[in-house]
Amino acid sequence: MTTTTSLILRTGARVLMPLLLLFGVFLLLRGHNAPGGGFAGGLVVAAAYILHFFAFGLDAARRALLTRPERLIGSGLLLAVGSGILPVLFGRPFLTSLWFDPASGIGTPMLFDLGVFLVVIGVVLIMAFTLAEE
Amino acid sequence: MELILAIASGVLFGTGFYLMLRRRLAQLIIGLGLLSNGANLLIFTAGGLTRARAPVIAEDASQLARPFADPVPQALVLTAIVIGFGVLAFSLVLAHGIHTMAGTDDIDEIRSGSG
Amino acid sequence: MNALVLPIALPLFTAAVLLLAPSRPLLQRWISFAGACVLAIAAVLVFVRVERDGILVLQLGGWPAPFGITLVADVLSAMLVVATAVVGLAVTLSSFSGVDPRREGFGYHGLIHVLLMGVSGAFLTGDLFNLYVWFEVMLVASFVLMALHRTRAQLEAAFKYVALNLIASSLFLTTLGLLYGGTGALNMAELATILPARENTAYETILAMLFLTAFGIKAAMFPLFFWLPASYHTPPAAVGAIFAGLLTKVGVYSMIRVFTLLFPGDPAMLYTLLLAQAGCTMIVGLVGALAQQDFRRILSFNLVGHLGYTTVGVALGTSAAMAGSIFYILHHIAAITNLYLISGIFLRLRHTTSLPELGSIFRERPLVAILAAIPVFSLAGVPPLSGFIGKLALVRGAFGAGAWWTGGIILAVSLLTLLSMARLWSESFWKTAPHEDKSRLPGVILLPIAFLSAITVAMTVAAGPLYQLAMKTSDQLLNPALYIDAVLKGGPQP
Repeated sequence: MTTTTSLILRTGARVLMPLLLLFGVFLLLRGHNAPGGGFAGGLVVAAAYILHFFAFGLDAARRALLTRPERLIGSGLLLAVGSGILPVLFGRPFLTSLWFDPASGIGTPMLFDLGVFLVVIGVVLIMAFTLAEE
Repeated sequence: MELILAIASGVLFGTGFYLMLRRRLAQLIIGLGLLSNGANLLIFTAGGLTRARAPVIAEDASQLARPFADPVPQALVLTAIVIGFGVLAFSLVLAHGIHTMAGTDDIDEIRSGSG
Repeated sequence: MNALVLPIALPLFTAAVLLLAPSRPLLQRWISFAGACVLAIAAVLVFVRVERDGILVLQLGGWPAPFGITLVADVLSAMLVVATAVVGLAVTLSSFSGVDPRREGFGYHGLIHVLLMGVSGAFLTGDLFNLYVWFEVMLVASFVLMALHRTRAQLEAAFKYVALNLIASSLFLTTLGLLYGGTGALNMAELATILPARENTAYETILAMLFLTAFGIKAAMFPLFFWLPASYHTPPAAVGAIFAGLLTKVGVYSMIRVFTLLFPGDPAMLYTLLLAQAGCTMIVGLVGALAQQDFRRILSFNLVGHLGYTTVGVALGTSAAMAGSIFYILHHIAAITNLYLISGIFLRLRHTTSLPELGSIFRERPLVAILAAIPVFSLAGVPPLSGFIGKLALVRGAFGAGAWWTGGIILAVSLLTLLSMARLWSESFWKTAPHEDKSRLPGVILLPIAFLSAITVAMTVAAGPLYQLAMKTSDQLLNPALYIDAVLKGGPQP
């Protein structure tokens, strides 16, 4: 992956990357009671890294991710399971929503959504990187 | 409107199956995608079409005011789309692997050619 | 009743830990094995409680029955979850004797646990759409496990597997759409109060036929089984073992669950077709097995044939036949998983499972041959092993239901199985091999095989209580009111 890409793409990617990341997180947080959520947000963030890969190559994209996609999937799954188990500790059925403060949307569903967010980023990037390697 | 959507779903199924009967992997994958979208559209249509409000209880009411849209088919379709996305992406990776190895995406040649 | 979620949550937790842990092979194998041990303990716990307290129900998220997703464990579900855990133990144990490094780097152990989660989820769910989701979880994990190879034949097999299973999934999804459109329900207990009460129209028949097709592909029933012998012989032994032991059984389980609840005895056409399908599956599978020259292909065709046995019960709908089928499912999970693991020994020693290349095991490694003899002869139905008892129960059930043809087919196919297994035995263990093999066999490779052989022997010894358990299960299945009341009313069940 040493092909030189166009200056426009590289400059554009540099500007768009933080915006896309921010937009992904925005979608994640908005998902509480409006369209959005972990899946959509995760896709946007994954798309940001794929754009980075188009512009700067596979190694740069891997470095920009700071961790391996497998790690993201693992921690996302842990968060999701944890959000389900938390209510069990309070004697409620598995996956029951517990709210710290319902108005702000902070509670176990948020934790679950964060888990989904991480899993989606991890899965999409694993697939994209695998395709890119071959 | 139901009729149009039903026909559209039928067309998606038909083209999906037609493409799956072709010999090229790429067409097979597109066919699979169309098939799952046909199923999604069918769920959406069979669940009942309404021009109605979202199923959220108003602040000053204790129950839903009719008419409201049934949220279940939407949830089902959303789940099915997510699953379909994952599976389709995976089959693309798989087909790409086959293509790089065999140098062709014709199913008959993959089988007969020497690898 | 939060214990019910353990067989689903534990494998997911193990998979997450495996993904986060450093990718050192030995560490991964131990985590994976420990996870399977904990899963087995949880499964036994659920089973014991179901045995003691009757049908267990958990309303996920605290939403009452028709609105949320319900997890339900009756004796059948609990038994199959225990069987899942047993297969999980054997397969994770088998990884100690070596896994191809490329696969291990690609999250092999985590995927095995995701697969176990999908299978347990499918056995425990009380909601049809949730069943679809578990099917997909299971399939995605199995797709990746299957496709982690790099030879041409393996990729081709993986693609067939993926394409055919995706068609089945789309059909299942379509059926669910039509079902929801016509009844407004997806909870199986609620559907069981709606559908059987209705007059039988074309709508119900269409639903039944769509279910039969979708589950028929998953369960590899005649004439929809071709994907199985085309793909199951290519992955490594451990992967083949977990596929053969569990995946098709999920299809069979879904048929039993959905048909006994949604279409009890009606439409009659469904049961006629199912019985014919079961008969054809048995005959075609075993005749196909006789024509094969490869250890694992013979197993694949045997697997298909014996899936016919497991659906005779639901097709006939009598208590005795159903009990026979359930006993047979349990026996078959242990035996076929073991045989696929044994094929791993041949792959290790000779790098092939083609019958002409095999042999000399009995003379050179008598311990291996004795351990392998148990599943081989159990599958063949040699008395007194568990396969014989299962077939006996099935034949008695079939004759008891007046299904002389079916009973006759079961007997005839049993002979074919005996022939096929005798050939397998003499070709791969008894005869003198064309080449001498000098490779050493690590002792650990025998552990899972010994474990599963011990299970088969235990099933033989404890056949009486096990058969009574199967009778209890079939009574529960043939009396859907118990299931419905447990889910919708939440009352204690006998």
